[in-house]
Amino acid sequence: MTIPNEQTGRDAPTIVEVSPADARRLVTQEKVSLDKRPKAEKLLTVKGLSTHFFTPDGVVQAVDDVSFELGYGETLGLVGESGCGKSVSALSVARLVPNPPGRIVAGEIVFDGIDILRLGEDDMRKLRGKEIGFIFQDPLTSLNPTLTIGYQIAEAIKQHMGLSSKAATDRVVELLSKVGIPRAKDRLKDYPHQFSGGMRQRVMIAIALSCDPKLILADEPTTALDVTIQAQILELISLLSDEFHTAVLLITHDLGIAAGMCDRVNVMYAGRIVETGTVDELFEVPRHPYAWGLLDSLPRLDDVRGDRLRTIEGLPPLLISPPDACRFEPRCRFARDKCREKEPSLTEREQPGHFARCWATEPEGWIPA
Amino acid sequence: MATVTRPLPGQVVRERRSAGLWRDAWGRLRKNRLALVGLFMVLLLLFLGIFGPFIAPYPYAQQDLKAIQQAAADGYGIGPLNPGQYGHVLGTDQLGRDLLSRLLDGARISVSVALVVQLVILLIGVPIGAIAGWFSGRLDNLLMRFTDIIYAFPDLLFIIILSVVFRETAFGRAFDGLLMIFVAIGLTSWVTVARLVRGQLLSLKETEFVEAARAIGVQDRKIITKHLLPNGVGPIIVAVTLGIPGAIIAESTLSYIGIGVQPPRASWGSLIAEGYKWIRAEPHLVLFPAICIASALASFTFLGDGLRDALDPKLKGKQ
Repeated sequence: MTIPNEQTGRDAPTIVEVSPADARRLVTQEKVSLDKRPKAEKLLTVKGLSTHFFTPDGVVQAVDDVSFELGYGETLGLVGESGCGKSVSALSVARLVPNPPGRIVAGEIVFDGIDILRLGEDDMRKLRGKEIGFIFQDPLTSLNPTLTIGYQIAEAIKQHMGLSSKAATDRVVELLSKVGIPRAKDRLKDYPHQFSGGMRQRVMIAIALSCDPKLILADEPTTALDVTIQAQILELISLLSDEFHTAVLLITHDLGIAAGMCDRVNVMYAGRIVETGTVDELFEVPRHPYAWGLLDSLPRLDDVRGDRLRTIEGLPPLLISPPDACRFEPRCRFARDKCREKEPSLTEREQPGHFARCWATEPEGWIPA
Repeated sequence: MATVTRPLPGQVVRERRSAGLWRDAWGRLRKNRLALVGLFMVLLLLFLGIFGPFIAPYPYAQQDLKAIQQAAADGYGIGPLNPGQYGHVLGTDQLGRDLLSRLLDGARISVSVALVVQLVILLIGVPIGAIAGWFSGRLDNLLMRFTDIIYAFPDLLFIIILSVVFRETAFGRAFDGLLMIFVAIGLTSWVTVARLVRGQLLSLKETEFVEAARAIGVQDRKIITKHLLPNGVGPIIVAVTLGIPGAIIAESTLSYIGIGVQPPRASWGSLIAEGYKWIRAEPHLVLFPAICIASALASFTFLGDGLRDALDPKLKGKQ
C-alpha cells in the first residue's frame, strides 16, 4: 500500500524556494545512528521527497514531493520518459545526488527503520554497497578500466564484510559463477575490456549483490544492452532477488520490463508520481492520460504494417518554477480549464491502493471509470 | 540461472593472458624505434650514473701533474691535455684532471637530478593536484592560485635565494650542495604536474565508475588512489619523463653560473663553464660535456614521446 503524498495535504509548506542553507540544515539536523534500528514494517518508505538542482538558470525541481513504499523482497517499478526524475529518485535513496548542484531539500527516506537523511556520511557509506546495492545503466562505463574484475567485485566485500583476501576471493568466484560467468576463477585477473556488455552487466550485478543487500536500486539496468541480453539480465535479476529475498527498485522506461518484473509500478512525470498501482491495475485500468499515452505508444502485434508508432506529442516541461497546474496538461488531449487552474492531487481510484493524479478521472471528472 | 558456456568436447580453450595497461603500452612502445633508442640510452645513462666511478680510469678530483709536466717537457706548453695524450682518453683540464672520469661523475649528478627532482615534483604536485581536482570549489581555487604564484615567481631568483639562505646549513651542504639544488629545482617546477593531475581528476571524477565506486561505499581517499590516479598515470609518467631534460638543463645552468655543484666536483654544466675559457685552444673541454648533455636530453625526450604514444590509447592507429 502506498501512502499518497497528498495525505500531508497540498497546503503543506511548499518547498519551492528552499535556500541551500535551509536544505543543508534539513540534512544535518539531529543525527541518527546505524546501531539503533526501530523495527520497520516496510523496507523503504519515502515520504514527500523533493530533490532540487540549484543551477544558474534557477532551481530545477527534479523530484517534487514524491512518496512511495517498498516492502521486503518486493519489486517496485519506476517508469516514465527521460527527465522525469526516476534516476534522481533512486540516487536520492542512496544519497548519491551530485552535490553541488543537487540537494535533497525535503522529505523523509526511511530505510529498514533508519531515517537515512539524518545519517552521518560515514554511516551512510556503510549502508551503500552493503545494504543498498546499485546497478547502473551503462555497464561499459561503470567499471574502472584500469582495475581487474576480481578487484572491483572484492572491493565492496573487503570494505563491508571484513573478510581476508582469500575469503574475499572465494566469495568473488562464487558470485561470478552465480551471475553466470563461465570459468569464473580464470577471469578474476581480467580487465573490463575483455568482457562483453552483457557480461559486464553481470559483473555489475555481482558487485551489487556482493554483500547480500536488502535493496537493489537498478537504474535502467538493460538500456545499454541488446534485446536478447536484456532478457537474460532481467531473468538473472529476478532470480537472484528471489533467491536472496532482495527488494528491487527497478527504474525503466520500458513498460514491458515493468510488467514482467514488478509487483507495483509508479508512473513518474515531470518530477511527480502521476499514477501508482499494482501491475495489473496499471495495465488493465490505467487512470492517467500519461499512462494511456505510454501504453498506447508500445508497438503491438496487431499493428498494421507501415503505420507509424503512436507517440505522445511534445516534451516534458522544464522543471524550473512550474506553475500550479497539471504538469501533463500541455500534452494532454483531455485537458480542460480546470487542469490549467490547479494541480490535481494523487487520489485513490476504484481499487484501493490505486492512485492517480488527474482531474478527469476523478469520480466527478469528465472521464469517470 | 543462465546457462554456463562450456567448451565442446575436443575444443581447445586457449589460455588468454590478461592484457593490462602496462603490457599494452609495452607492446606499443616496442614498435617505436626512436623510443627504444631513447630507452636504451636512458638505461645506459642510468648504468653509468650508478657504476661510472667504478669504471672511471681516475678519481674525478685527482690531478695528473706528472702528465702535465711531461707534456710541458715535450713542448706542448702548459695547459689541458688533448684527448689521447699520456693515457687520458678524453684529455684533461688545465689542472690535469681526467675529463672522462669527470664526465662519468657528472653522469651520476645528472641521473640523480633526474630522479630526485622528479620525485620532489611528484611528492608535491600529485597531492596538490589531486586535492584541488577532487574537492573543487574554494580549496581548489586556493591551491590553484598558490600554484599560479609559484608559476609566476622567477625560478632562478628563487633558487639563488634558497641557496644563499641555506648555504651554511647541513641541508645546504648535504651531498656537496646537490640536495639543496635538487630540492630547489623541484620546488619551482611541480606546477605543471599539479595542473595536469587536477585536470585529470576533474574529468575522471565525473565518470560513472567513480559513481559506481561511491555506490558501494568506497571512501574518497581510496577512490582517488585506487580508481582515479591509476587512470591518470599515463599522462603523469609522460610529464615526468619529459620534465627530466628540463631538470638536467636547470642543474647545468645553475652549475654554469656557479651556484650548483661546488668544486672539486663538477657536473656537465660546470665542466662547460670551465672549459669555456679554453674554447679556442682546447674545444674538446666544451665539446664532450655538451655532447653528454645533448644526448641525455635527446634520449629522455625520445623516450617521453614514445611513452606518450604508448600510454595514450586514443592515438592508437593514428600513427
